[in-house]
Amino acid sequence: MSEILLGAHDVSKRFPGVLANNQVSLQLERGRILALLGENGAGKSTLVNILFGMYRPDEGHVIIKGERVDLRGPDDAISRGIGMVHQHFQLVPPMRVVENIVLGAEPVLRGLVDLGEARRRVIELSRRYGLEIDPDAVVEDLPVGMQQRVEILKALYRNADVLIMDEPTGVLTPQEADHLLGVLRELTQTGLGVVFITHKLREVLAVADDIVVLRNGEVVGQTTPAETSENGLAEMMVGRSVMLRVDKSVAEPGDVVLELEKLSVEDDRGQIALNEVSFEVREGEILGVAGVEGNGQRELVEAITGLRGLSSGLMKIGSDEFTSGSTRQIAEKGVAHIPEDREKHGLIGVYSLEENSVLNRYHRKPFSLRGFLRRDVIKRHAEGVVDEFDVRTPSTSVPASSLSGGNKQKLIVGREFSDDIDLLVAAQPTRGIDIGAIEFIHRRILDQRDKGTAVLLVSAELDEILGLSDRIAVLYDGELMDVLDAEDSNREKIGLLMAGITDSKSSA
Amino acid sequence: MKLHQKRLLYAGLIVLLVVIWIFYAANGPQTTAVLAGTVRAATLLALGAMCGMIGERSGVVNIGIEGQFLLSAFAAFTVASMTSSLFLGTIAGIGMGLLMGWMLAAMAVGLKVDQIIAGTVLNIAALGLTSFFYDRSRSLGVGKYTNIDLGPLADIPLVGTVLFSRPPLTYLTMALLIVVHVALFRSVWGMRTRAIGEHPGAADTVGIDVLRLRYFNVTIAGGLAGLGGAYLALEAVGTFSRAMSGGRGFLALAVMIFGRRTPFGAYAAALFFGFTTALQNQFQLNNTFDIPPQFVGMLPFIVTILVVALSGLIGSMRDPAALGQTYEKG
Repeated sequence: MSEILLGAHDVSKRFPGVLANNQVSLQLERGRILALLGENGAGKSTLVNILFGMYRPDEGHVIIKGERVDLRGPDDAISRGIGMVHQHFQLVPPMRVVENIVLGAEPVLRGLVDLGEARRRVIELSRRYGLEIDPDAVVEDLPVGMQQRVEILKALYRNADVLIMDEPTGVLTPQEADHLLGVLRELTQTGLGVVFITHKLREVLAVADDIVVLRNGEVVGQTTPAETSENGLAEMMVGRSVMLRVDKSVAEPGDVVLELEKLSVEDDRGQIALNEVSFEVREGEILGVAGVEGNGQRELVEAITGLRGLSSGLMKIGSDEFTSGSTRQIAEKGVAHIPEDREKHGLIGVYSLEENSVLNRYHRKPFSLRGFLRRDVIKRHAEGVVDEFDVRTPSTSVPASSLSGGNKQKLIVGREFSDDIDLLVAAQPTRGIDIGAIEFIHRRILDQRDKGTAVLLVSAELDEILGLSDRIAVLYDGELMDVLDAEDSNREKIGLLMAGITDSKSSA
Repeated sequence: MKLHQKRLLYAGLIVLLVVIWIFYAANGPQTTAVLAGTVRAATLLALGAMCGMIGERSGVVNIGIEGQFLLSAFAAFTVASMTSSLFLGTIAGIGMGLLMGWMLAAMAVGLKVDQIIAGTVLNIAALGLTSFFYDRSRSLGVGKYTNIDLGPLADIPLVGTVLFSRPPLTYLTMALLIVVHVALFRSVWGMRTRAIGEHPGAADTVGIDVLRLRYFNVTIAGGLAGLGGAYLALEAVGTFSRAMSGGRGFLALAVMIFGRRTPFGAYAAALFFGFTTALQNQFQLNNTFDIPPQFVGMLPFIVTILVVALSGLIGSMRDPAALGQTYEKG
């Protein structure tokens, strides 16, 4: 057995009310990729923060290069050769690439930062590892994939032997993700070890040498890609057998419910975020909107639900035309909205489940009468939602903030679905929730479709889009690249469109 | 700075010099007086702006500069009048500035008090304390700092009087502009300071102690405001009077923003605001306009409002991303 680069030995970590890690052990050897797999809340982040010195374990210890260590902080971990690429990049946007890479470990000449030397070292590194980069580019001008490269170089600049990658593919197109996996493979050839944290089963099987699965803070399985399958891994993660693919019947589209005509929308900074987008969604079908995050999806959803004004174009819901409208006017047309950010737009954390269950229609009968809320009616309604949508809570009078992510989402879905709706706008409906809740919500969205609701599904998870949609629209840089039938589309085809590459361009 | 901006800047400078030359030819003594007054008023604003920018570049708003000026001026004046030493008075002013910077840091960084409230506390405390301890009978026995001629440079017409025949703290301020510029944009300290103001989380993950650096920076910056206070009492005026900072701590913040949080930009802005002050003084002195002096005295503040409003339209630099936010680890 070769040298153990990084390991955890019986590590436990308690937070008030939770045992986040319970006697977790793992070992990463030189030149190997260890995938750390688990659902949200399984304890992956806690474990990684312990390995990187952000937290101290309550019990057990960390091993670096075969030696038992007591990390005092991230800088301690860094100096011992541990590099981390965070899910949310830790880069200073208005600074240049070279400045970001050397920050905290700057070469110094006569008391000042020696940028010439820094640039030389960065170029040398990027040559050695085949990670091309312009050292003088300003980070905020770079595409996401390049920013990630800066993060990797940042770790390599600090002589990392171990790279910890936290959900590195979430913000990438499928092709970019594949490229990254290739880069990681090559890095291991030079003797690095990689800890790869993800919840995407496909990637684990594609790239990992060893797999460790966490559930409820404990290691529930250790395996290799050769010994397991996607279903096997999912079962380990959840603790029971799961349906990865939802069964669905063929769609029976009816009349057009939502029609967009050359819709243009600006983002918060006044830049065009959506450029003359036209499409329609019919009764009884699911139109999935695919795209790397930040390509206009948020603005699209906000425009349709009335949260953001249109700068030009026309929107038709049923027979009514809108060029501007309040959220309430639009909601009254039978439009339900599952917002992207459930904490910010979906629920009011300090309000009770009861109050949250009528947020979209508290002002209407039977929930209020002559300007006064009817608490008893609202309470009964909330209890109905909690029952039907399996929201796990001790009571309906507790604040919504006390629920877990999955239960919050089920409460929102329950609220939106307990009214008669014609159009459902679902943005990232299953982000950050457990597989059980995902299955449940997917089932409910399909039920709505079968009842004749038109569904617009926006998701950054390509598997979710491919699994649920009847037709798939792809957004890139605010432009609608194409709308494909689900039967004719596959991961590669959509991936290319997500990167802005159309057939005509690639053949040219 | 982009190339066309640079060209615009140079063109503007040349026009400005020509205008000054024409005025100087028309009325030498008055032009000299106004320009000398400009530099005098700009010195205080530049010191306050540098204090503000070091804080803001590291993510901490300092609206307590007004109070730092005032209490430091008081400390400088009191010590100078007791010891009959302008030098010791100046040291006392800087010391008081550092102390108040440290207090701001303790509140805003250490205790995570809202930064605006912490700064307001300084302003109120300074006004209250100086009013309470103010002793009318005290005077500066030794007089104030006098001009030092820089050899033959001082004999150049106009330029010599305006730039090379100044009291010592004015020279010191000009030198500090260069020091702060180099420190902010070329030194390790400056790079880390800018990083913690933009993205403290990123700085933390590469092992920079965000809270400690902010603590240090806000304290050190207080020393610059303290020097401003000493300048006000011992060089510009030569005595202490109630509320003598007169809103210039706040004006310094406008100067800082208009100067895009760079020392040289701030100095240019400070000269501009200083010019309106000097012009206003000259108008009052000569009774140029037949309107009540209070209205003429409003000139610098009206210009401030206009300029700040306009700079918003022109689209000034955006704020450091983490400005005003306390930093929590993890």
